[in-house]
Amino acid sequence: MEFDETKIKMSVTRRGFLTTMGVGAAVAVTGRYASGASSDETVMLPEEMAKIRLHVNGRVHRLLVEPRWTLLFVLREKLGLTGTKVGCERGECGACTVLMDNIPRYACMTLAVEAQGFEITTLEGLMKGEDLGRVQEAFLEHDAFQCGYCTPGQIMAAEGLLKDDPEPSPDAIRRGMSGNLCRCGAYTHIFEAVDEAGKRKRGKS
Amino acid sequence: MLSNFAYVQPQSLKAALKQLETPEARLHAGGTDLLGCLREGIFGAKKIVSISGLNAFKGVRETSNGGLRIGALTTITQVERHPAIRSRFRALSQGAGEVASPQLRNQGTIGGNICQKPRCWYYRGEFHCLRKGGERCYAVGGENQYHCIFGGENCFIVHPSDTAPPLVALEAVVRIVGPQGTRSVPVSRFHVPPSEDFRQETVLAPDEMVTEIILPPAPSGLRSSYRKVRARRAWDFSLAGMALAITFKDNTVQKARVVFSGVAPVPWRSKEVEVAITGRRLDKETVARAADAAVREAEPMEKNGYKISLLRGVVEEELLAAQSGESPG
Repeated sequence: MEFDETKIKMSVTRRGFLTTMGVGAAVAVTGRYASGASSDETVMLPEEMAKIRLHVNGRVHRLLVEPRWTLLFVLREKLGLTGTKVGCERGECGACTVLMDNIPRYACMTLAVEAQGFEITTLEGLMKGEDLGRVQEAFLEHDAFQCGYCTPGQIMAAEGLLKDDPEPSPDAIRRGMSGNLCRCGAYTHIFEAVDEAGKRKRGKS
Repeated sequence: MLSNFAYVQPQSLKAALKQLETPEARLHAGGTDLLGCLREGIFGAKKIVSISGLNAFKGVRETSNGGLRIGALTTITQVERHPAIRSRFRALSQGAGEVASPQLRNQGTIGGNICQKPRCWYYRGEFHCLRKGGERCYAVGGENQYHCIFGGENCFIVHPSDTAPPLVALEAVVRIVGPQGTRSVPVSRFHVPPSEDFRQETVLAPDEMVTEIILPPAPSGLRSSYRKVRARRAWDFSLAGMALAITFKDNTVQKARVVFSGVAPVPWRSKEVEVAITGRRLDKETVARAADAAVREAEPMEKNGYKISLLRGVVEEELLAAQSGESPG
């Protein structure tokens, strides 16, 4: 998949630029990058770093990764995007939910090398400058959390649900949010927040 | 952190097969079961061969005779939502919709779903059980409330798939490609019961892969459905479930394929129920007889006797619903 380089260049910020340079400094910046480091069918060796590029929140990050690194690990530890949370690390709690091409997935169950070619959106990608996104606002207004640890994953699941189904029925909300656990048990408020975010999104768009 | 492995993403089937020849190579499709197994130390991997770039095996196509070819890399969500599967092979759409959670359905593939490793908590835990090369099955005399009531021998797992039982009921065929070429195996013979080999879940050799699943055309009068009972609405695996593919003629059962989930080490075809209902209307009397027949051969363990009444209930409710046409498809 080809990235829209114009869109990417336009969204470069100072911090993003530094992050990209920081992680990509060891990589030759010229050189032709295929969508997959291994698209020429070369084998990435264990413990050796291989070049990949990830499209996260509208920016391209050129990175050196080990094949065993998960997308979750790379987002947090290499890109500093700590909005995505570490929970069970076995695809059961949903705290690490991100969007890949607008579809919710667990970053803990996805190898970073496998995330190439997708447009990845994390919680940080929902911000408009200092302003919260609609789902984030609805969560705040409806008090849809207690400790807040699961909230980024819940919000990403809700974003994915509303992108797929802008007018979800109550059952569709329950089903769409069923891949995310909340140990505080804020489910009632989470449901209300998602319902509200859907209505607000429809009202404004 | 996962243990180290090499990784390759071949761009052709031929290259993928060549890579799979590496000893201890493991296939990566959606990766959801693979990463879980690697983390839990169920098996190791020297090399991950990712076939996620093989676009030829993504999506659903009509066959010339009115059936469907489902690429092995089609996601569970895509299978659930595909209009032709929804309208003509409803049991499969329903089964796909019951798998795991939305995120896992978005990532997991139909090929991977039928190749899943068991979910027995001894197998997934730190126990070196029979299936992992050890000496015994810890479910025997242990915590066996989620284990099988049919087909247990040496090992007492239940098969975790919600798509395999509908595929067996709908008489689907698996296309398998390996170094020797291509072969086709009915899904009903794809899974290996522990009585034959308790170390192997499927007939796949390590250097083979599933490329497609082929559904034969749906006969007219077909009503198919999948019902899954579980303790929790999301994630959970089946405690007892049933896929039905019944062809009706004049409101009478002309032909029936009945396959249970959650009660046996492989998708469990109940010829007893099929015989009890074929040639009959599904009235209360027939359905009660079918429910008796369903569990007659059951051999519960110490803690899973509840599955017998659960399965009876599923059989009764679903057969009555099939007769009333509440499960058209």
